[in-house]
Amino acid sequence: MDYNATCKIKNNGRKEINQLMKKIYFVLFCTYSLLLSATSFAQTNGAMGDSPGMAVGMRSNGKIYVVVAVVLTILLGLFLYLASLDKKIRKMEKELK
Amino acid sequence: MLIMLRQSWWKITGVILLIYAVIAGFLIPVPDIGNLFETSRNLFFHVPMWFSQLVLITISLVYSIIYLRSNKINSDIYAAEFARTGIVFGALGLITGAIWANYTWGAPWSNDPKQLGAAIALLIYLAYFVLRNSMTDIDKRGRIAAVYNIFAYCIYVPMVMILPRLVESLHPGGKGVEGNPGLSEKDLDPTMRKVFWPAVLGWIILGLWITTLRVRLKTMEEKKLTS
Repeated sequence: MDYNATCKIKNNGRKEINQLMKKIYFVLFCTYSLLLSATSFAQTNGAMGDSPGMAVGMRSNGKIYVVVAVVLTILLGLFLYLASLDKKIRKMEKELK
Repeated sequence: MLIMLRQSWWKITGVILLIYAVIAGFLIPVPDIGNLFETSRNLFFHVPMWFSQLVLITISLVYSIIYLRSNKINSDIYAAEFARTGIVFGALGLITGAIWANYTWGAPWSNDPKQLGAAIALLIYLAYFVLRNSMTDIDKRGRIAAVYNIFAYCIYVPMVMILPRLVESLHPGGKGVEGNPGLSEKDLDPTMRKVFWPAVLGWIILGLWITTLRVRLKTMEEKKLTS
């Protein structure tokens, strides 16, 4: 009886964590899309400027934001992949118990 | 420890740190040093690979020692998986280093003492897995692998951290340079430091996350075999 009760509490805790994870993914996704739109805005601004220089140009109108977006996408993709693996393993662990 | 593995707060911390490192790493102004130009941003990506590897193989060493003391199969799994992720990070460090060297030192491989040391250390760690996989007896494999792992760590530290500092090196911190360059107060630009340390922490956490996934998988396999 006691054991079952603790199991239930544990399962509820996991559900809560799962829900929390979902919320966090949502927030991350929102900030990410916001950031993307912000960077695209920065690029149109940058293109208005004068000819690209060396170091300064790399950041303002050298389209460095494109690279940031690409690397961020790769990174986020990897994180999502890892998170899904995590979830799958958690499920397997539950079944094994 | 296994309970800690399943919590998500530290994974989220790592994710946020890495996102910050990538955005800030590309966008902050960096000082103009020698012929590095913008490539000094590699400090946020190439160097943390080695920091992560060192942390991962140090944890692996600790678990090997624990295994030898306790003979519990779990510790052997931990030691092997931490070393495995360590090898991945080391390989990434070598490859990114070669790319960086190609455009700043003129060639991807210039037999720099640190390059050689890192390559040898990586091979020694690869041999750890060759040795492990050559044995079928679980107890024997665990013990011999653990002893070898301690030996591998004792080779790794002088190869990567001591020998390159005793001779002239293209890497910072060769002969004639005092202390640990890039880490001392006056050598690393203060703005770069604000991105560098979060980046290091983020990559370490990512390494830990990947390792814990593998550990959980292996633990389940072990359970299935024994039950």
